[in-house]
Amino acid sequence: MSINWFRYASPATFYPLAGRLIPWFAWAAALLAVAGLWIGLVVAPTDFQQGDAYRIIFIHVPAAWMSMFLYVVMAGWSAIALGFNTRLSAMLAQAIAPTGALMTFIALWTGAFWGRPTWGTYWAWDARMTSELILLFLYFGVIALRHAIDDPRRADRACGVLTLTGVVNIPIIYFSVQWWNTLHQGSTISMTKAPAMASIMLTGMLVMSFAAWFYAIAVALARVRTIMIERERSGAWVSSLQEVRNA
Amino acid sequence: MSTFFAMNGYGFYIWSAYGVTTIALAIEVIALRSRRTSVLAEARLIQSDDAIDPVGAAE
Repeated sequence: MSINWFRYASPATFYPLAGRLIPWFAWAAALLAVAGLWIGLVVAPTDFQQGDAYRIIFIHVPAAWMSMFLYVVMAGWSAIALGFNTRLSAMLAQAIAPTGALMTFIALWTGAFWGRPTWGTYWAWDARMTSELILLFLYFGVIALRHAIDDPRRADRACGVLTLTGVVNIPIIYFSVQWWNTLHQGSTISMTKAPAMASIMLTGMLVMSFAAWFYAIAVALARVRTIMIERERSGAWVSSLQEVRNA
Repeated sequence: MSTFFAMNGYGFYIWSAYGVTTIALAIEVIALRSRRTSVLAEARLIQSDDAIDPVGAAE
């Protein structure tokens, strides 16, 4: 069986597909978040070293993972947009940026409120924290650059180049805890060895991570639909949309 | 219930983290909804202009 993926590369065909997918991702995110919060705040026991403060990691770690994943996904779409000059890819990159910035902000904010009771400080110029702050500024830079250029296709190219340049920061964030011996601890979850945490805590964190993934997909799809209409509002496919015809 | 919210003295930190996260996500969803509403209204306006004057002769 072969699926023609290029069929969905045009906004006219992708718009209704995205519309059908959004409720599924949104409901999956909501249900997983409820389950994850139940595990994280009620079921998981108090940590013997960190007390209850560790419960912040159930949002901190998924948000931090998402902040990096979303940047890589945004960079991937930017590369496709630059290489093949496809407008939907550029719109997807544009749609991901605000959610990426939001996840980065959440990671920094929750990290501060975990750091204060655990390390004794809200903020330090530690390698992991500083590189994550740079990630937030990269997201802001991409969003600001888009607003500074009137022609959307030129903005696509400029933002694509900036996004791809910023990718260098992702391995710096990821390996910062190994490269520099500063405040932030090493990763608890690793691909190569057994996780250094109780399985119920790990379950809660993974459930919250899937919730964050599905939330980000739902929001990015909803935003890309809005961007499609915004950029192609005088196009024929927009005029045939039910939501445009019915005032 | 109050012991749950107290979180053994860590309540302030935990609820500051969870509270601001909830508010931030809510703002994103609400902002996106209002952007969609205004973008759709704009598209309707442009499309109805095109229907009345398809070639732009009146401009």
